[in-house]
Amino acid sequence: MDEKALTISVTGIILQLTHSGLYCAAGDFYVDPWLPVDRAVITHAHADHACPGSRAYLAARAGAALLRARVGGEAAIEALDYGEVVNLGSVRVSLHPAGHILGSAQVRIESGGEVWVVSGDYKLQPDPTCAAFEPVACDTFVTESTFGLPIYRWPRAAEVLAEIRSWWAANQQAGKASVLFAYSLGKAQRVLAGIDAAAGPTYTHGAVENFCRLYRAAEIALAPATHVASAPAGTDWSRALIVAPPSANGTPWMRRFGPVSTGFVSGWMRIRGARRRRSLDRGFVLSDHADWPGLMSAISACGASRVWVTHGYRAPVVEWLKRQGLDAQAIETRFEGEQDETGEATAEGEP
Amino acid sequence: MKAFAELYAALDETTKTNEKVEALTRYFARVPPADAVWAATFLIGRRPKRLLESRKLAQWAIEESGIPEWLFGECYHAVGDFAETIALLLPAAQSSSDLPLHYWIEERLLPLREADDEARRASLVSAWREMDERQRFAWNKIITGEFRVGVSQSLVVRAVAAVSGLDAAAVSHRLMGDWQPTASFWAQLVTPDTRDADISRPYPFFLAYPLEGAIAELGDVREWQVEWKWDGIRAQLIRRGGRTFVWSRGEELMTDRFPELQALGAQLPEGVVVDGEVLPWKDGEPLPFAQMQRRIGRKVLGPRILSEAPVVMVAYDLLELRGEDIRERPLEFRRARLEEIAPPDSALIVSPVVRGDTWDELTMRRQEARVRKVEGFMLKRLGSPYRVGRRRGDWWKWKIEPYSVDAVLIYAQPGQGRRASLFTDYTFGVWDGNELVPFAKAYSGLTDEEIRQVDAFVRGNTIEKFGPVRAVKPELVFELAFEGIQRSPRHRSGIAVRFPRMARWRTDKKAAEADTLETIRALLPPGSRGAGD
Repeated sequence: MDEKALTISVTGIILQLTHSGLYCAAGDFYVDPWLPVDRAVITHAHADHACPGSRAYLAARAGAALLRARVGGEAAIEALDYGEVVNLGSVRVSLHPAGHILGSAQVRIESGGEVWVVSGDYKLQPDPTCAAFEPVACDTFVTESTFGLPIYRWPRAAEVLAEIRSWWAANQQAGKASVLFAYSLGKAQRVLAGIDAAAGPTYTHGAVENFCRLYRAAEIALAPATHVASAPAGTDWSRALIVAPPSANGTPWMRRFGPVSTGFVSGWMRIRGARRRRSLDRGFVLSDHADWPGLMSAISACGASRVWVTHGYRAPVVEWLKRQGLDAQAIETRFEGEQDETGEATAEGEP
Repeated sequence: MKAFAELYAALDETTKTNEKVEALTRYFARVPPADAVWAATFLIGRRPKRLLESRKLAQWAIEESGIPEWLFGECYHAVGDFAETIALLLPAAQSSSDLPLHYWIEERLLPLREADDEARRASLVSAWREMDERQRFAWNKIITGEFRVGVSQSLVVRAVAAVSGLDAAAVSHRLMGDWQPTASFWAQLVTPDTRDADISRPYPFFLAYPLEGAIAELGDVREWQVEWKWDGIRAQLIRRGGRTFVWSRGEELMTDRFPELQALGAQLPEGVVVDGEVLPWKDGEPLPFAQMQRRIGRKVLGPRILSEAPVVMVAYDLLELRGEDIRERPLEFRRARLEEIAPPDSALIVSPVVRGDTWDELTMRRQEARVRKVEGFMLKRLGSPYRVGRRRGDWWKWKIEPYSVDAVLIYAQPGQGRRASLFTDYTFGVWDGNELVPFAKAYSGLTDEEIRQVDAFVRGNTIEKFGPVRAVKPELVFELAFEGIQRSPRHRSGIAVRFPRMARWRTDKKAAEADTLETIRALLPPGSRGAGD
C-alpha cells in the first residue's frame, strides 16, 4: 500500500485502471466501475456506466432516481448537488453537469493540488431535459470519444426536430404510423421535450415510458404521451408518433401498428451505412454525445495537459491530441471492443 | 442539382422497390429531358469515363477540410464510402445550388477533361463551395462514379415506362446498346413510336432462376429441353447490315475482344441475333475460366494468346431471323432455325441437348457436369417464348451441388456501403501442416446478426493490424461453398476457387478440425491445367 501511495505522489496519478474499472486509491472509490465494488461514484445512469451490486453509490442529486431505477431499490445511494464537495479519504470529490442526460455528471477529484476530471459521457449542445455541460478546470481530463472523428459534426437540434416533424407529417399523409427509435433513457425524453404534441397522438414503448415517469417527476416538461400497452384495441395508429427503444425494431411488438415508417434518432445516423444496415427508413442526427468539435472544445476549455481517452474512437483522438502537444493516451474500458457497434448492438446501446 | 440530390436521398432512404420507382418516376416527370437522361445514365451504372483520380480528389478534399491525411484515412475507414467521407468532412455548407444537373455535368464536370490539375482543383473546390451537404454528396457520387443506391436498370426501366406510357420491354430495348446521354436521346427513349432500329441493339437477356423444390415438380420430362449450363460470358452475337456486334450481358460491346466471333459473324446470314455463351475452347472442350480472364485483361490480343485460348460461342437460342424478332415463337421453332443457320465447323457450337427419358436418368447424368466442366443443367420448357429479364417458370438452372470446405477465419476488414465500419470481408485459411494458409476470401452468406457477432469477435480478438486489415485469433470455423477450383500459382495456397461464400458458421467445430490443404487439393480435377502465366 505504501509503495502504491508513493508512486501516486511521485507521478501525480490519482486514478488507475484496475480489473473493476477506474480506481482512486487515495479516496478508496471507483468511478463507473463495471463490477460491484465497495464505493462507486457514478457519472450517469446508463447501463454501461451504472453497474448494480455495489455497496454504496455516490451520484448527482438530479440523477439519483434514475440510478435507483437502474441499480435497484435497496442500493445505498448518496446524492450530491452539482458543485457540492465531499471528502473521501484524502481527496475532495465534487460533481459537475455533463449535459448528457438528466443528472449526468463529470467527477472532479482533487488531491494535493492536483485535479482530475472524469467526464463520463457529455455533450455541449443545449438540451432542455438536463443541466448544460460546464467546463471544469483540471490537470488531467478523462474524456469519452464515442464520436471522435471529424466526420461527426452535429446539425442544430432545432433543425433535426423540424426534420422529425416533417417526416411525421408526411407519414400521416401516407397513412403510416411513425415509429421513432431512440435510446429509452435520455434521447427518448429529449425528443419528447422537443416535439409539438398538437401534431398528433404520441405514444411510448414501456421501456421509454418508465424513464418518462421519472423525468416528469423531476418536473422536466415532456409532450404528453400514452403508453402503447394502455392504448385500447382498435386504436388508429396511422397518425401516431411512437417512441421506442432501438431493440424493438423488427420485433412482434411492431406488428400492431400496421404500415409504419421507421426512424432512428442517433449520432450514428450521420453515416448512411449505419442507417442502411439497420433497414431503417430515416436517420435523424441527434446525439447526447459531443461531436468532434465538441470534444475538442471541451478538452481545450478544461485546460488539462494530460488527457485519457476512453469509449469510442480512442486512437485517432489520442493521435490528434498528441499532435496538439498534449500528453494523451487511450485507456481500455470493459464494455466495448473499440467503438460503437458492439455496445450499440447489445442492451439497446445507450452510448 | 437540388432535385437530383433530393432524388438520391429519396432512393437512399427506402429499401422498398415500389417507393424507389415512385421517386424515380416523380423525378423524371418534373425535370427537363437533359437532366432526366443524365440521372438515368448514372443510375443504370453508365457514366462518362472517370476524369479525376481518387488520390487527387482526396488531396483536394483534405486541403479544403483542413485535416491531416492520416485522419482522412481513419474517417474513410469508418464511413466506408469515399464520396460520403468527403461530403462529411468539407467545411459546413454556406450555400445551395439551384442549377440543373445537366449544367453541373456538361458545363462543370466534362470540361475538366481538357483542364490541368490546378484548374480541376479550383473548379472542384468551387463546386463544393456552391453546394449544400446533400448536393455535395450526390456530386461526389457523380464524379467518383460509385453510384450504388440500390437502383437496378430494371427500376429505371419501370420508371421510364411509367413516365412515357411505354411498356417496359420497349424501354429496356432502347436503353441497350450505344447511346449518348443527350436530351434528344431521352426524347427518343420516351417516343411512342417503337419501330426504332438501331442495328447494334441487342435484346434484353432472358435469365433463369435456380430450380426451387424437387425436380419432379416440373412435370413430364418430355415437356423440357435440357442443356448443359456453360460457365463463360453470356453474350448476344448480332449480324445486321453486314456488320457484327457482340454484347455481353453487362451490356458491354465486346466485339473487339473476340476476333473469332467477328469472323463467325461474316459466316452468318443477314439479320440474325444469337444468344449464347462465349467460352475459351480447345480440342472439343472448354478451357478453365482463368483463360478467359487472361484474354479479357488484355488490350492487345497477340497471336500467342489467340492460339492458346481461342473462343467459341456456344449458342443457346435464336432471337432474330431475317431481321424479324422471333422471341415470341416457341422454343422448338427457334432451336430448329438456330441449327439451320449454324455454319459447319465454325466458332458457333449449338449447345447440345441432353436426352433423358426420366428425371432420375437426368439426375444421374448431371453428375457428369464436373468432368464436362459445366455448372449443371439448364431446363427450358418446350413451347416457351424468349422472355425479358429474370423470370420463373419457363427456364430454370439446375446446378450441381457446390464444393464445400471448412476453413478458419484469419483476417477481417471493414466492408463498404451499408457494411461500413463493420468487419464483413473475411479471409479464410486451411491447414498446411501446423500453419493456416490463406485459401479464400468471402463476403456473403451470413445473416446480419451473425455479421454483428463476427464483428464483435474480430474487435475483441485482433492479434495484429495491417492498415484496415485485422489478423484475428484463429478460432471461428465456417463452411465455405464454391463453384469451381483450379491450380493457381498466384495464390499462396496454390489454389483458386470460384464464387466462394459462407454456407454456414460451424460453431460446432474447433479451428483444429478445419480442412487441410491436402484434402482440398484432392478436389482439383485430375490433370487440371495450369492457368498459364
